[in-house]
Amino acid sequence: MKKNIRELSEVTVRFAGDSGDGMQLTGTQFSNTSALAGNDVSTLPDYPAEIRAPIGTTYGVSGFQMHFSSSDIHTPGDAPDVLVAMNPASLKVNLKDLKPGATIIVNINSFDEKNFKLCHYESNPLKDGSLSGYHVVEVPLTKMTAEALKDSGLSPKDVARSKNFFALGLMYWIYSRPIEPTIKWIEDKFKKKPEIASANKKALEAGYYFGDNTTLFSTRYKVNPAKLPKGTYRSIEGNEALALGLVTASVKTGLPLYLGSYPITPASTILHELSKHKKFGVRTFQAEDEIAAVSSAIGASFTGALAVTTTSGPGLALKTEAVGLAVMTELPLIIVDVQRGGPSTGLPTKTEQSDLLQAMYGRSGEAPVVIISASTPTDCFDVSLEAARLATKYMVPVLYMTDGYIANGSEPWKIPEPDSIPEMKVKFKTDPEKFQPYSRDENLARPWAVPGTPGLEHRLGGLEKENLTGNVNYDPENHEYMVRLRAEKVKNIENDIPELKVEGSPDSDVLVIGWGGTYGAITDAVHNVNEQGYKVAQAHFRYLNPFPKNTEEVLRKYKYIICPEINMGQLSFLLKGRFLIEIDPFTKIQGQPFKSSEIEDKIKAVLGGMNNG
Amino acid sequence: MADNITIEEVKLKPKDFSSSQDVRWCPGCGDYSILAQIQRVSPELGIKKENYVWISGIGCSSRFPYYMDTFGMHGIHGRAAAIATGVKIQNPELSVWVATGDGDSLSIGGNHFIHACRRNIGLKIILFNNRIYGLTKGQYSPTSEKGKITKSSPYGSIDYPFNPTALAIGSDATFVARSIDRHPAHLKEMIRRAGKHSGTAFIEVYQNCNIFNDGAYFPLTDKETKSDTVLILEHDKPMVFGKENNKGIILDGFTPRVVSLTDGKHSLDDLWIHDEHDTHASRAHILTQFAEFEHLPTPIGVFRHIDKPSYEQDLHQQIKDVIKKEGEGKLKDLLFSGNTWEVN
Repeated sequence: MKKNIRELSEVTVRFAGDSGDGMQLTGTQFSNTSALAGNDVSTLPDYPAEIRAPIGTTYGVSGFQMHFSSSDIHTPGDAPDVLVAMNPASLKVNLKDLKPGATIIVNINSFDEKNFKLCHYESNPLKDGSLSGYHVVEVPLTKMTAEALKDSGLSPKDVARSKNFFALGLMYWIYSRPIEPTIKWIEDKFKKKPEIASANKKALEAGYYFGDNTTLFSTRYKVNPAKLPKGTYRSIEGNEALALGLVTASVKTGLPLYLGSYPITPASTILHELSKHKKFGVRTFQAEDEIAAVSSAIGASFTGALAVTTTSGPGLALKTEAVGLAVMTELPLIIVDVQRGGPSTGLPTKTEQSDLLQAMYGRSGEAPVVIISASTPTDCFDVSLEAARLATKYMVPVLYMTDGYIANGSEPWKIPEPDSIPEMKVKFKTDPEKFQPYSRDENLARPWAVPGTPGLEHRLGGLEKENLTGNVNYDPENHEYMVRLRAEKVKNIENDIPELKVEGSPDSDVLVIGWGGTYGAITDAVHNVNEQGYKVAQAHFRYLNPFPKNTEEVLRKYKYIICPEINMGQLSFLLKGRFLIEIDPFTKIQGQPFKSSEIEDKIKAVLGGMNNG
Repeated sequence: MADNITIEEVKLKPKDFSSSQDVRWCPGCGDYSILAQIQRVSPELGIKKENYVWISGIGCSSRFPYYMDTFGMHGIHGRAAAIATGVKIQNPELSVWVATGDGDSLSIGGNHFIHACRRNIGLKIILFNNRIYGLTKGQYSPTSEKGKITKSSPYGSIDYPFNPTALAIGSDATFVARSIDRHPAHLKEMIRRAGKHSGTAFIEVYQNCNIFNDGAYFPLTDKETKSDTVLILEHDKPMVFGKENNKGIILDGFTPRVVSLTDGKHSLDDLWIHDEHDTHASRAHILTQFAEFEHLPTPIGVFRHIDKPSYEQDLHQQIKDVIKKEGEGKLKDLLFSGNTWEVN
């Protein structure tokens, strides 16, 4: 059958189904294949905290959204153009997010009374007119998959499990994507289960050819490769990039990498990734709890490792006291906080930026640490290197903030040449001549003297230290001196980090600031508003403690500052407190990233108000 | 199995391990005795001074590292075993010791203690058990006896105590011993043996707090009573005690009984022969229970001593095995792995 092929510049697709339907896998395959086809890609996995919530219910719905484009993009897309709904519950949950007129591909075989009841649909949404504004395509996914696999010898249950590959094959056909990368992936993944591999391949192919043969689709689409800078690319998730950054930092510092960690969503995949890299000498220690994880990392740091602990908000709360010990002992330590919805257990699988104040102030006493944040999945690689550089150069704990959104999201990554990454070799103290454990270099860093070095025996600890000797000291003046010295050491780092850069239209009245994972949505919003003839500037913070040296100067240039955050305004609070500058906190606390349109609307409302006033 | 430590001809003296810091424990504290024995043993283990690391938590006992002229860290409450674990993993060549107390290791740090034992990480954990919170000035501890009157239990503690050796054996520690601060020669020998052990070595030291819990171990240290109240365990020897070595222990099924060696009914041949290396932990566990019964003597010595690979040995072996199989990691291969594509 001859089909038309239409070119599109960008598409947003969402796969949705039961948490056991394999939607994360399907989405990952689709986005990886799109990246391989040269598109710019940005993804947003969105899954429930339950591993297998009851089948057919709305709270068991797992989704994976991806945005692929022939130009540079920064977000996983505001509203899907296409929804693949494997069951009624997934339609019900996702319908409100779709673009007007969006295409909805439903697995018609799951639209029965039993499933309507499970997700509390009172009537069949395909028949009651509630989808009249959409282009609905009813595909017998379950039945066609069963038909394709009727000779496979697999149980009906196993056959049904292949239907996501049928859906994936169909989507590959619609968007003119090659199926070979996924076939290769299936062969590798199910190496030990050849019958499952064969079934999944058949389902994938059947889905692809179904598109070709059915009359349901008259048009195929094509999204041309994006014009990305020249180089070798791969698709990478934030946590993976973060882990590879740490391994690279280990090579570049010449220190063995030590990770003490306790499994916690959404940080666990860093532990998984690093536990693979034994050939780089990486020591991963899955501790008995969060406190042991960070404490062991402090021990490893004392002994000369590039020491890291990874966690999320609740785990960071547990590590609080130990981070104070690292401040007092002035040992390098990287504490990664992949933020999630809080407080308490909160929303484990959803994103938030609500640990900034915990990172800044969540310790007893005056206990400053360096705080840096990553803004995109690929930025996680660079921030890992920077965290290692600052921790080892200044002998300080560094709190490295990311969030569930960039941790699980993926995008194409232009792989850096390892030789182009600067060396940051660390030198331990070895000369016992006049050794003093709390003497200072020009950066106020004390010497790193590791156990096993003759003549450098010394004791560290949480009790206040006398400067230079490091002996326990209770003198009032010494305590004040040391508190100020530790603060000054962190503050001085402002001389060693890049200034805050202003993008968009710098010569405007309105500045949009942010930090972390809001970068994509803010960038798109600012770009769009500027395209429409308005003038808006943007500045994004990587360094949150200390702030870049020119922060106040930048902020004072603008009449109006908007700060979108996925919290109740924590960066706004810090900046207002520090510089006494008015900032409009634009906040959203729904466990979901900002849509760029939300920020765009906010900017326009501010601009409109200024013009009217 | 010898510990994986560089052993050379090292001529050190006890005073080489004494730091410049004034010792600030209360005069008469049992901690002085433990410090003295450790400083005596340290030069005898054939370990270079710079390879000793002492880690502690919080409490009176945890001031210990300040008084040793070795590498050390006075950590945070309960976390010494966790900090020490990171030290030992990072450099298995080091001889890593933990000084801790009953509150530090069995209350706030209980989790780290049992998991260190379970993993068989190569730490020597010396638990100063004075059955009281000393540094916070006299509250009952997790080893205080039920009914104990303290500042926080004016009507008597209603907590049942932990039995530290039982907890260590239940957590699969591979070297478990007990000694007493007032038995310096015995204490020294236990420390020496712990120092030679390659997995987790645990010594519970009965330590007198003469300020808040004076006399807690009086019957075990008093000249008049100690030979009848203390059973000194020796490997491969019958369990004999009493002033004239006139009493012994027999194991009747699972029940230990005291028998007389002078009434003609029992001889040395009938007695329980102590086997430190017994692969089953059950008999060692029975020994830990002696202290709970008044009619049985309190054992000191090595309850259990078995060999199995330590955590750090396995961890580094895995790294070696992977490197042997796949070669050392190269950044270029790592970063350019997975599905890559070119943009021209």
